[in-house]
Amino acid sequence: MWQSLEESSIAPRGPRVTPRQGPPTGPYDSRGTPRRLSGLTTGVVGVTTVDDVTVIATESLSKRFPRVTALDRLSVDVGPGVTGLVGANGAGKSTLIKILLGLSPASEGRAEVLGLDVATKGPAIRERVGYMPEHDCLPPDVSATEFVVHMARMSGLPPTAARERTADTLRHVGLYEERYRPIGGYSTGMKQRVKLAQALVHDPQLVFLDEPTNGLDPVGRDEMLGLIRRIHTDFGISVLVTSHLLGELERTCDHVVVVDGGKLLRSSSTTDFTQTTTTLAVEVTDTDEHPDGTRAVREALHARGVTVEDGSGLPGAGHVLLLTARGEETYDLVRDVITELGLGLVRMEQRRHHISEVFRNSDEQRKEAVGHGG
Amino acid sequence: MAAEQSVRSPQTPATASGDTRIHNIGYRSYDGPRLGRSYARLSLYSQSLRGSYGLGRSVKSKVLPMLLFVVMCVPAAIMVAVSVATKAGDLPVDYTRYAIIMQAVISLYVASQAPQSVSRDLRFKTVPLYFSRPIETSDYVRAKYAALASALFILTASPLLVLYIGALLAELDFADQTKGFAQGLVSVALLSLLFAGIGLVIASVTPRRGFGIAAVIAVLTISYGAVSTLQAIADVQGSGGSIAWIGLFSPVTLIDGVQSAFLGASSTFPGGVGPSNAEGVVYVLFSLGLIAACYGLLMRRYKKVGL
Ligand SMILES: Nc1ncnc2c1ncn2[C@@H]1O[C@H](COP(=O)(O)OP(=O)(O)OP(=O)(O)O)[C@@H](O)[C@H]1O
Ligand SMILES: [Mg+2]
Repeated sequence: MWQSLEESSIAPRGPRVTPRQGPPTGPYDSRGTPRRLSGLTTGVVGVTTVDDVTVIATESLSKRFPRVTALDRLSVDVGPGVTGLVGANGAGKSTLIKILLGLSPASEGRAEVLGLDVATKGPAIRERVGYMPEHDCLPPDVSATEFVVHMARMSGLPPTAARERTADTLRHVGLYEERYRPIGGYSTGMKQRVKLAQALVHDPQLVFLDEPTNGLDPVGRDEMLGLIRRIHTDFGISVLVTSHLLGELERTCDHVVVVDGGKLLRSSSTTDFTQTTTTLAVEVTDTDEHPDGTRAVREALHARGVTVEDGSGLPGAGHVLLLTARGEETYDLVRDVITELGLGLVRMEQRRHHISEVFRNSDEQRKEAVGHGG
Repeated sequence: MAAEQSVRSPQTPATASGDTRIHNIGYRSYDGPRLGRSYARLSLYSQSLRGSYGLGRSVKSKVLPMLLFVVMCVPAAIMVAVSVATKAGDLPVDYTRYAIIMQAVISLYVASQAPQSVSRDLRFKTVPLYFSRPIETSDYVRAKYAALASALFILTASPLLVLYIGALLAELDFADQTKGFAQGLVSVALLSLLFAGIGLVIASVTPRRGFGIAAVIAVLTISYGAVSTLQAIADVQGSGGSIAWIGLFSPVTLIDGVQSAFLGASSTFPGGVGPSNAEGVVYVLFSLGLIAACYGLLMRRYKKVGL
C-alpha cells in the first residue's frame, strides 16, 4: 500500500514522464533518445518515419477558382509523422486542407486520405481526422469544457466518453482551471489550445492544423510547436501542419512540403534539408578572465577565419554562437579554441538547416519542380 | 531530434515547465464507439433545443426565453381560473385563437432565439468545425430547424395544454374540448414550422445578432400589419373577395386562413370571413411551400458557408 502510494505520487511529478513508456526517464525524450547531447557527439537523431504507409496522397490535384488557380497539379505523398506544409500567403495551403477533408471538390486530379478517396469518402475521412482552422472559431460565451464536449459529440462520441475525453484533451493541451471559464476571456494562446483540443478530442488518426502558431508570441509558439511534436510522439497521431513561417517547421516536422502558387516546390524529409551542410550551435560559460565568454570565442574563431553568427532572432540570442560545420575539423577547432580560452563548454550541437534556404533558391527550385513535372 | 530538443529548451525555459505539466498525464487513445452522423445530428438538435430556453447557457440567456414562456402561459392560466370559478359553459377563447392573440410574444421569441441558434455559429465562424466532422449541411440545417420548431411548439402548445387541463377540471364537454385541443395543436405545429423557418432564414443571413432580431421582428410584424391594413381597406371598399387572397402574404394570416378553413377556427379577418375550402387548399399549399422554401434557402446558405 505504502509502496504503491509512493510510486503513484512520485511518478506524476517526475521531471519528464513520458506517457506511453511509463516510468520517468529523466533527461530523455519520449523515444528514449537523450534529450541533450553534450560534447561532440552530434548528429541528427531524426525519427523520420519512412514506413510504406501513406497518410495523404494527391495526384495531379488542381483547384481552380474563377480568378485564381489555388492548386496546380499538385502530386505529393505524405507518410505518418509530422508533416509541414509551407507556403506564402495564398499558396493554397488551406485550399488543400479543405479538399483533403472532402469539403471542396477538386477541379482535377485525385486525393486520398488514410486510403480513402476524398471525392467519395468525405464523411468517413472526417470521422478519422481532426481539423484546426486558421481563423477564430470559438464562441466567447461558453466555457472550453462545454464547447469541446459538444464538438466531441459532433464527432460521434457518446456523452460520457465525450466528457472524459474533453477533460483529458484539455489537460494535454495545457488548459486547467481556466477551462470552466467562458472562452471570451482567454488569451490568444489559450484559444489556440482550445482549437487544438477540439481537433484532438475524438482521438483522430490524423490532424490538419492550419497555422496553429498564428498570433502567438515566441514562447507560445515554442509551446505550441512542442505540443504538435507530442501529438505524434506521445499521442500517436499523424499531423499535417501549415505555416508560412519556415524556420519553425524544421524543428517540428519530420517532413516538409513546400508549395508556392499552388505548385509543389519541394517535398522532402527535414533531414534531407540538412544533409549538405550543418549549422553548429555553441554555448560557453563565462570566466573572470573572459567575462563575456561568447564574445571571446567569437573573436578567437573569427581570427582563425571562421564566420560566426550570434543566433540573433532566436530566444536567448547573444549566448549562442552559430557557425557552419565543415566536417570534423570544425568541431576540433571549436573545442581547441574553447580549451585555450579556459572556458567551459555548455553545449555544442548540430542544428538543422533553416528551411528558408530552400526559399532563397526558390526560383531554381521551382524550375526544378516544374522540370520534374511536379 | 535530440539535437533540436536541446537547442530549444535552454532558450525557452517556459517550454520545459510546460513539458512537465503536459507530460504528467499519459495519453489514452479512444477505442469506444463512434456513433456517427445521426447521433451527431440528434446531439446538435438537443443542444440547440435546450439552448432555445437558455439551458446549458448563461443565466442571462435564460431570462428572455423563460420570461416569454411564462407570459405565454399566464393568460391561459387566468382564463382557466376564471372559467372554473365562474362555472362558465365554455373557455373564453378557442384553442386555435390563442396563438393569434399572443402572436406578438411568439414573434418576439422567434426574433430572439433564431439568431442565437444560427447567427452565433456564423458570426464566430464555428460552422466550419461542424462541417469538418461527419455531419453534412443537411444534418446541420435539419437539426437547427427542428430544434427551433420544437422550441416554438413547446412555447405555443403549453398554454393550450393549460387550457385543456383547465377545461377538463371545469368539467366541460370532453369530446368537444379534446377536438378543439387537437385542432389547436395542429395549428400551432404548422405555425411553429413556418415561424421557425422564416426566423432561421433571416437569422442565417444576418450574422450580427442585433440585426437578426430586428429583421425577424420587422418581417413578422410589418407583414402582418400591412396585410391587416390592406384587408381592412378591401373590406371597407366592399371587395370582400380579395381579403382572403391578401391574407396569404403574412405568416400569421396564413395560419389564420388554414385553421379557419380546416381546423374549425373562426377567422380574425375583417368581416370574420375566412377563406373558402378551395381557397383554404391554396393556403395549405402556400404554407407548406413556404416551409419547403425556407428549408431550401437554409441549405443553400450553408452550402455556401462550407469551410
Ligand atoms: N472560395 C474561394 N473563392 C475564390 N478564391 C479563393 C477561394 N478560396 C481561396 N481562394 C484563393 O485561392 C488561393 C489560395 O488560397 P488559400 O487560402 O488556400 O491560401 P493559403 O496558402 O491558405 O494562404 P494563407 O497563408 O493566407 O492562409 C488564394 O489566391 C485565394 O485568394
Ligand atoms: Mg490559409
